[in-house]
Amino acid sequence: MSESVILPTRRDEAWRYSDTDAVAGMDLGRFDHWDDVDVPAGETVRRCVVIADAGEPSDTTELRRLRVRVADGGRCELFVVVSSGRLGRVEVVAMLGDGAHLELGGVTIGGRDTTREIVSRVAHEKPNGTSNQVVRAVHWGRGTGNFLGRIDVASGAQKTDAAQSFRGLILERGASVNAVPQLEIFADDVKCAHGATVGQLDEQARFYMAARGLPPEVARRLLVQAFVADAFVALDDADDRERLMRVVLGKLDRHL
Amino acid sequence: MLTIDNLHAEIDGKPILNGLSLTVQAGEVHAIMGPNGAGKSTLAYVLGGRPGYEVTQGSVTFAGQDLLALEPHERAAAGLFLGFQYPVEIPGVSNVQFLREALNAQRRSRGEEPLSGGEFLRLAREKAALLNLDMEMLKRHVNVGFSGGEKKRAEMVQMGILDPRFAILDETDSGLDIDALRVVGEGINAIMRAPAKGVLLITHYQRLLDYVRPDYVHILSGGRIVRSGGADLARRLEAEGYDAVMEQAA
Ligand SMILES: Nc1ncnc2c1ncn2[C@@H]1O[C@H](COP(=O)(O)OP(=O)(O)O)[C@@H](O)[C@H]1O
Ligand SMILES: [Mg+2]
Repeated sequence: MSESVILPTRRDEAWRYSDTDAVAGMDLGRFDHWDDVDVPAGETVRRCVVIADAGEPSDTTELRRLRVRVADGGRCELFVVVSSGRLGRVEVVAMLGDGAHLELGGVTIGGRDTTREIVSRVAHEKPNGTSNQVVRAVHWGRGTGNFLGRIDVASGAQKTDAAQSFRGLILERGASVNAVPQLEIFADDVKCAHGATVGQLDEQARFYMAARGLPPEVARRLLVQAFVADAFVALDDADDRERLMRVVLGKLDRHL
Repeated sequence: MLTIDNLHAEIDGKPILNGLSLTVQAGEVHAIMGPNGAGKSTLAYVLGGRPGYEVTQGSVTFAGQDLLALEPHERAAAGLFLGFQYPVEIPGVSNVQFLREALNAQRRSRGEEPLSGGEFLRLAREKAALLNLDMEMLKRHVNVGFSGGEKKRAEMVQMGILDPRFAILDETDSGLDIDALRVVGEGINAIMRAPAKGVLLITHYQRLLDYVRPDYVHILSGGRIVRSGGADLARRLEAEGYDAVMEQAA
């Protein structure tokens, strides 16, 4: 155990809605562990990061931290599913070079008393960089889904184009989602678009589907699948896309 | 095959249906006409089991079962089809996926084998052709970006695929041009005109009834049937208007 680890509290901006008690219980050696993803100039690297359980709900703390550096003209594609742990959290810190791109598609899903979150910090340090983040959160029970997305645009990073889209789906009263976009922009010729919405399943669609013979749980599954699909549209590999969707729908099937 | 007896229903505590009675025998087509706000759509929704539409009195028997005791999806599996006045858009869900899941859910609940992907596509292609709807439309998301007329034809394609015993069609003719009206009318006849089937056709206009000839016509007003007759009643309504015909009824 490392003496230098300082545990977060909810006063830390990036842990505002988190379950910090769950962190206190985890192995602190793991707390400070970062995975490095280095994308060389002009190349593309894709990673799928999945926090999933084997079938039984677990009360562990699952923390995955990625430090991404994308060199000039490179492209990093991250696809994330956070579906396990009392606290499941994926953190992404990305530094983008000239003309580099970051694609982040993420889904948080869960019920009971769980907190599932994605925390990103994308630093546009050079001109012409682009980033696109699409996060979908599906929660029920007393589950919480969080997306904290910070975008830093350095003063020299002109022509940066950064987009963030978050949508939360509350399946049962008692669940909650939080979205915190944070934009720190020090350049003037920049596009930053962000949107966040929270809603419930469309009652009209549910009745329409029932009127065609779909049992409620099948209708809900189709609607959830359609809802989270946005997070994976940029994922070019059909097998990976199916694998991630299976994790999401598997969680939905087991814990509703 | 469908017997509605003294049906009372309300929405948010507001009475909308006030003692509606109606019997449809197998092999019959009944038209329901009536002014805006008469309760026609409410009747359709109550029969479909829409949440929020509360039955306070009366009974509905469908093919020997207490219809009101069934969940909406169970009513569909029992053979009831509700054609919506305003078909619902479902972004992200394709027609093919939606209808295949729906058909197979119905088949499973009746103890029948689900259709394979290939079998389903053959069936869908056949019904799309019947309604003159481009098969490509069925690959798109449910009703998303469809014109009013396309939505109504898509409803009838759905009906063809699901092959119900009884159809309640709520203003399926609104939003259709003359050619589409004929296609839809002929489609309804092809799918639903059979000795063991029944249709409740809700419409404002005589024109659909030129294609789908009703055995009986009912006028719904104030949440109840105020007048019943044969096909000629619809023609008189068209010629004289509701007020004149209902005055004679009073
Ligand atoms: N969701 C609703 N909430 C409250 N009142 C409603 C609702 N839907 C319909 N109504 C009322 O019920 C009555 C009948 O409506 P509707 O069944 O749609 O008539 P129709 O289809 O014959 O035009 C109208 O007075 C309408 O305002
Ligand atoms: Mg209506």
